[in-house]
Amino acid sequence: MITKNTPILETRNVNKYFLEPVKFHVLKDVSLQLYRKEFVSIMGKSGCGKSTLLYILSTMDTEYEGELRIDGETMSHQSHDELARIRNEKIGFVFQFHYLLPEFTVLKNVMLPALKLGKESESTIKKNALQKLEILGIQDQAYKKASRISGGQKQRVSIARALINNPKIIMGDEPTGNLDSKNSRIVFDVLRELSTELDMAMLIVTHDHDFANKTDRIIEMEDGYILNNK
Amino acid sequence: MSNFLIILDISKTHLFAKKKQTAVAALGVTFGIGMFIIMMSFMTGLNELLDGLVLNRTPHVQIYNKIEPTVTQPIDRYLNAANQLNHIESVKPKSRLERIHNALPILSELKKNDKVKGATPQTTCKVFYRAGTNNLNGIINGIEVNEEVRLFNFKEYIVEGDVNSLIKKKNSILLGSGIAKNLSLRVGDKIQVSNTNGANFSLTIGGIYQSGLADVDDIQSYVNLKMAQQILGVGGNYISRIHVKLIDLEDAVPFSRVIENIYDVKAMDIKTANAQFDTGSDIRTLISYAVSITLLIVAGFGIYNILNMFIYEKMNDIAILKATGFTGTDVMLMFIVQALAIGIMGAALGLSLGYGVSVIIDNIPFNTEALPTIKTYPINYDPLFYLTGIVFALISTFLAGYLPARKARNIDPVEIIRGQ
Ligand SMILES: Nc1ncnc2c1ncn2[C@@H]1O[C@H](COP(=O)(O)OP(=O)(O)O)[C@@H](O)[C@H]1O
Ligand SMILES: [Mg+2]
Repeated sequence: MITKNTPILETRNVNKYFLEPVKFHVLKDVSLQLYRKEFVSIMGKSGCGKSTLLYILSTMDTEYEGELRIDGETMSHQSHDELARIRNEKIGFVFQFHYLLPEFTVLKNVMLPALKLGKESESTIKKNALQKLEILGIQDQAYKKASRISGGQKQRVSIARALINNPKIIMGDEPTGNLDSKNSRIVFDVLRELSTELDMAMLIVTHDHDFANKTDRIIEMEDGYILNNK
Repeated sequence: MSNFLIILDISKTHLFAKKKQTAVAALGVTFGIGMFIIMMSFMTGLNELLDGLVLNRTPHVQIYNKIEPTVTQPIDRYLNAANQLNHIESVKPKSRLERIHNALPILSELKKNDKVKGATPQTTCKVFYRAGTNNLNGIINGIEVNEEVRLFNFKEYIVEGDVNSLIKKKNSILLGSGIAKNLSLRVGDKIQVSNTNGANFSLTIGGIYQSGLADVDDIQSYVNLKMAQQILGVGGNYISRIHVKLIDLEDAVPFSRVIENIYDVKAMDIKTANAQFDTGSDIRTLISYAVSITLLIVAGFGIYNILNMFIYEKMNDIAILKATGFTGTDVMLMFIVQALAIGIMGAALGLSLGYGVSVIIDNIPFNTEALPTIKTYPINYDPLFYLTGIVFALISTFLAGYLPARKARNIDPVEIIRGQ
């Protein structure tokens, strides 16, 4: 049911060390593939390196050894500005804590990455942003300040923001970690629907076994290794 | 929307969210620029006033007769000084008239010179002023009124009456204010003047002259050149001194040397006569600049501090913006824009403040006996100060913003996100 041609995201032997406070080998020979439209969850004990891996995959962290390819393109030797552009266009990131710009409206928060990409007019971007908010069931909050909405709503706004540029990959670092089971289910359903309906691959770190069991594939990590590719 | 417009938009939101801090930072600049403009306007206004007092009224070169001992004494010519030592005690100058030899040809030569704006002759005579039984020692200067007015702002000294009365009536006098006061005389009254030989002349007071220097005003009066020569009992070629105004003040020193070389006269240049004057203006200007620059630097530190604080408070925003695809340069520009916005707002207010206070100072009454023409404190509204103020405000706020903004550019979003 899932077309597995070339991976949209791929790593080969990624190793990462922390030098402070003592030298610490946090990621060990991590090789993984993520294919188009795939919905993959990453599981593992706290402290095994899941967040660290995700920061590397999202191109925010460039201090690592090994190879990272996104959409067939290698990420090593890219400039920071170039990586920012790739991140803007191809990756949507949902953090564990709802990271919004508190002084801007909900709508503006969603619009900003698209404004930065600059491919569409402001009015089109606004229309798209309202549509993404509608998908997440919070279009009625659009004109509120981001600091004035509830935690569950904030998390859905940050998903809408991750979607705004129709990226190839959505990454989430425990996006439901701070949500109650009801909000958690809403978020899962939305992500599930998006991965099949839109051409988006999902890579979601989670502690929630129910959540993980409903995804296409679980990547399990332990002490910086990838255990299996089920 | 272009990239820069988005950055402007984000900067605007940030600034509006922090109205109070923004206002405080801007007011720092306002104060700095305002003070700069007030100081410069007032100080240079004062300088110009003093320039007007001294430079505009003082001849650039004064030419008068040399009264110095002869360099080669007659005995040296008679007994060769190379072979023997001739020693004369107490050498005195030869007695000479107080007139310039060949004054009229020198005057017309001077007037033809390209560097000369004008040259006027004066004839000075010692007199007694008489009114009733009172006798006062004094000096009368014979002048060419029109030229004195044109070249040396002579009109400014005439506090009562009409400067042109000297032209209209030959026996008119512009009486020193101290003399008028001592002898209880007013414009229109008659005054008797006698020369050193005891000859009497009856003059009509056409105006009151006041230089502001009591020593001068108590003894000195002005009459027409011809009248002065008549009082002295001499001909029209008797000229005591020639006052020269040059086109460029800087020529005064070399020009006076040339004159001394050509003619048998003494030529005193304004620099030698007012050696201390230039340093005074220079020091006032220097102090104004030093104080203003200090204020602007303090304002710059204010902006630097507040921007550092903004950036510290906005760490999360910076991390989110970078995580969602804004570059380090975008983030840096955001904060530079904010610094410049603070600078521009502050500078605009500062210019208004500076102008406003200048206008107020300009209207404060300032009356002094010494400066009869000055009614209020002097202010110089040179647009250059306003331009300098803006440029300096922009440069200093840019620098104050640049350093924190560069820090923001280098913030690693991962560190912030992981820190939560
Ligand atoms: N900046 C850092 N410096 C040093 N060690 C770190 C740093 N960030 C994380 N670590 C360590 O790296 C390991 C992996 O962290 P992380 O990727 O956050 O784990 P997870 O997300 O799986 O809970 C942990 O042991 C953590 O203590
Ligand atoms: Mg984690």
